[in-house]
Amino acid sequence: MKTVKFAPLIGLASLPGLSLPAPAFAQVEQLPASSASQGPQAPADAGGLTGSVTDESEWQDLGIAIPAFPTDASVATAAEGGNTEALGRNLARVVYNDLKNNGLFKPVGPDALPGIGYFQVTAPSFDFWRGRSTEMLVQGFVKAAPDGKLTVGCYLYDVALGSELIRQGYVVQPAEWRRAAHKCADMVYARLSGENPFFDSKIAYIAETGPKDHRRKQLAIMDSDGANHRFITNGQATALTPRYSPDYSKIVYLSYLNGYPRIYVYDIGTGQQRLVTQGKGPTFAPRWSPDGKWILYSMAIGGNTDIYRVSAQGGPSTRLTNTPGINVGGSYSPDGSRIVFESDRSGSQQVYVMNADGSNQRRISFFGGRAATPEWSPRGDQIAFTHIAGNFRIAVMDPNGQSVRDLTDSWQDEAPTWSPNGRIIQFFRTEKNSGKTGIWQVDLTGRNERKLNTPVDASDPAWGPVLP
Amino acid sequence: MPKLTANISALALVAASLSLAACASKAPKELPPQPTASSTTTMPPEQPTGPVPGSQADFLASVLSDTIHFDTDRYNVDTESQGILQSQAQWLARYPAKMVTLEGHADERGTRDYNIALGERRANAAKNYLVSLGVDASRITVVSYGKERPIALGSDEASWAKNRRAVTLTVQ
Repeated sequence: MKTVKFAPLIGLASLPGLSLPAPAFAQVEQLPASSASQGPQAPADAGGLTGSVTDESEWQDLGIAIPAFPTDASVATAAEGGNTEALGRNLARVVYNDLKNNGLFKPVGPDALPGIGYFQVTAPSFDFWRGRSTEMLVQGFVKAAPDGKLTVGCYLYDVALGSELIRQGYVVQPAEWRRAAHKCADMVYARLSGENPFFDSKIAYIAETGPKDHRRKQLAIMDSDGANHRFITNGQATALTPRYSPDYSKIVYLSYLNGYPRIYVYDIGTGQQRLVTQGKGPTFAPRWSPDGKWILYSMAIGGNTDIYRVSAQGGPSTRLTNTPGINVGGSYSPDGSRIVFESDRSGSQQVYVMNADGSNQRRISFFGGRAATPEWSPRGDQIAFTHIAGNFRIAVMDPNGQSVRDLTDSWQDEAPTWSPNGRIIQFFRTEKNSGKTGIWQVDLTGRNERKLNTPVDASDPAWGPVLP
Repeated sequence: MPKLTANISALALVAASLSLAACASKAPKELPPQPTASSTTTMPPEQPTGPVPGSQADFLASVLSDTIHFDTDRYNVDTESQGILQSQAQWLARYPAKMVTLEGHADERGTRDYNIALGERRANAAKNYLVSLGVDASRITVVSYGKERPIALGSDEASWAKNRRAVTLTVQ
């Protein structure tokens, strides 16, 4: 995998620096301003949605038009489409699909809209768009440099006001063209919703094939929209429960390599992997700390399972739980100070919170049924979990175990993980009898649920952060 | 249900004695080999009609079952399972060099990580019972497959009951 560095032109504060390989992706020094009036900048952390459950109807029904991105001169490119004119249409399609697929907006894409001229990108025909009842307009362009690099510009206009709300430009290698579109969609989403972006991110998961009693399970990765799919393991050893490191350089996961369940840290750059610990018991349920410095894992000794913490670099482990029963999983609060985990010490699976050093363990789930696989939201205000009461449902509660809400209702939904901005929960759904699995997403209202397209059956999804 | 339990345990005893009877009928297998032309003394006699002594096939033919079952979310070895494990311990006493792997499994109606832990717990419960019967702990390796390897494929109580299991496999 190529890790690339991105910096927005304007509008968003630069993201925390991560040590990444040299950029193959640069920012545009100066993107031309449009001739439209410059709209108000979005306040730093207001003006959008607040809280966890909000009425999304106001902005969900915004009419957003995304015509094909024109080019100054159609030239050959290695990016999808073969030339910059076709690529411009593909870029607009990716932006359209990002904004449409998560149930957040009702955009109209390039295949249902007339094309625009290159010079109209910075001088929109507002009267034309008003006539089509368009409220928001996303226009962009694509240009190829002699060295093959692509420059993609992205502008968001408020049609009613006739003003430009925000613009960004990206320089990408042809192979990275989709990232420019995801960054454009992220810019639009963040500006209109007030939420943090999440489209330019990746998902690690388990690809499943074969009959129920001989299921082949492979570690695989893909972009947040399912593109750039890649198998990492060949399926000879069962692979389960992957998690991307916060910098995307590694994946921690469980493998039955050599016959026994053990956690490995797989380095994406080198293709090498190592055991997370040399402990004698089986290790499973791995999780990263938010800063990527620690790995939580569960280990069974003599049938009793406890949660341990080890440095991501290796070394000795620290046991965090010490009670008879199954203590398993674990997910850090965003500030790294606390861990939410699952334990059956009371007799059935329930959710507990402890300090990061293992102190002050207390149960927080006191409602009907069992509560399993807790995951702390990146925003900190919610914990997603599997609520087992008849059906297996994806549910959320606050960190005190209050305000419990079931978001899904199917025969078996489990293993929720969060989108980088804490707005979408991803999980997998198993069909009764056939055992077929698929990755699904649901937003915090529970109203917008969709299946993610994967080449084969899929389970154990884990979202990484937004790419820098 | 003490009465039912008593009945089951009576059945287990009957089954155990049947098993012992069966073992007795196989006694010739354990006699010294007949002298042969090749004068091999370490090889067991050729027995085309029966499994090779000490083999997995012999194990399956000799024990009440290679599999014990568990209730939902439970890992206790019930009376019926005790009878099965006793028959396995008897076989293991006969072949003290044999190693076994105990596989722990869970049904599909649980979350993945928990089921790995639960399978581990079940396999260990079976191991501990064998050890209590005198089998050396170092001869038993435990592995949990959680819900990853069902044998019954339906999504119903009967299938789940079959999949909540610990299976003893001889290591050849």
